[in-house]
Amino acid sequence: MKPHRRKKLTIIAFIATGLSVAIGLSLYALSNNIDLFFTPTQVAAGEVATGQRIRIGGMVKEGSVVRNEESLHVEFIATDYNNDLQVRYDGILPDLFREGQGVVAEGMVADGVFQASRVLAKHDENYMSVEVKAAMDAAEKDRADAVPAGESNGS
Amino acid sequence: MWLWFSKLGSPKWFYELTTKWLPWLVVFMAVSMTVGLVWALLFVPEDYQQGFTNRIFYVHVPVASISLASFPLMAVAGVITMVWKMKLADMVAKCAAPIGAWFTAVALITGAVWGQPTWGTWWVWDARLTSLLLQFFLLIGVIALRSAIESPDAAAKACALLAVVGAINVPIIKYSVEWWNTLHQPATDLTMNENGANGPEIWVPLLIMIAAVYCFFAVSLILATRNEILMRERRSQWVMDIVAKAKV
Repeated sequence: MKPHRRKKLTIIAFIATGLSVAIGLSLYALSNNIDLFFTPTQVAAGEVATGQRIRIGGMVKEGSVVRNEESLHVEFIATDYNNDLQVRYDGILPDLFREGQGVVAEGMVADGVFQASRVLAKHDENYMSVEVKAAMDAAEKDRADAVPAGESNGS
Repeated sequence: MWLWFSKLGSPKWFYELTTKWLPWLVVFMAVSMTVGLVWALLFVPEDYQQGFTNRIFYVHVPVASISLASFPLMAVAGVITMVWKMKLADMVAKCAAPIGAWFTAVALITGAVWGQPTWGTWWVWDARLTSLLLQFFLLIGVIALRSAIESPDAAAKACALLAVVGAINVPIIKYSVEWWNTLHQPATDLTMNENGANGPEIWVPLLIMIAAVYCFFAVSLILATRNEILMRERRSQWVMDIVAKAKV
């Protein structure tokens, strides 16, 4: 390689590395602002001021969804498996809102309860056909039936 | 070792080589695109959660993946332009910008169309979506910069530098779903099969679509670059020969 080309290449490498480091450090410093939502653990740790508009995210706890039969009012628990957060919402839930699936809600914390003004469903990275899901559920049921009651702990 | 490198940089050599190989690439693209689209849009089984909305995934994922590759391609061409002043590299970089911008736009639009029924919103300012939107604006910026500078040499240098700097955004887009919490799901690991998800009925058509869309990108880029070569080399003897032959 000719010297003037080597020099140019070095300059470009320096610019690219320098900028990458600068951008990397700023993104690291801003990571709290880049995160889309707070987790229930962060809310429990008091990282969020009461009355501040935020988004929270977590899984909808199995068996926690309570719907009001006369209105759109719904309550459920968002969890990250360390901490739980009670969520209240008056509005239409997205089609993919399910127990055991991810959720992101916009709103604010008041008296330890999250009052949501908007709820979005979060999809995970797993895709499965209806048939495969049915077969897996059937297999799981068989396994559960095969273990007699009382012997299931510790397995 | 530098002989093939300088040969590779010759527009004439590129033009003749692609004349030979382009028909094969087009045939492969047509076959894989037809098979992939018919399979993905008509026969992929219904998803247990999304229903048939999952079929958007077969267009969105390949398009988004190649749109991410367009920027490093421009950056590599840019480094070659700046260091070795190779004309062909700048022609490729110039042609890759609008094609990359279109692919990025299609990735954003198909993502929004999928997001509406799945998440319940067309758009959310999470790290993945925002960084991909930034890439779209960067590509528009590269195109605008090219047409704003009159001298072709100066324009080539400016665009090359912007491409190198802008390529820093690519790993940010790629890893945004792991570094920060986002609404967008992380990349699907297609080798992970123990939980029954993402089985062959999901990933085989995806693989075919990825091959088809990558070929489509390559064909578009080669065709555009060939036009650019004829335009820029129009005063050289070999291009005049081609034009003379075409007129007969």
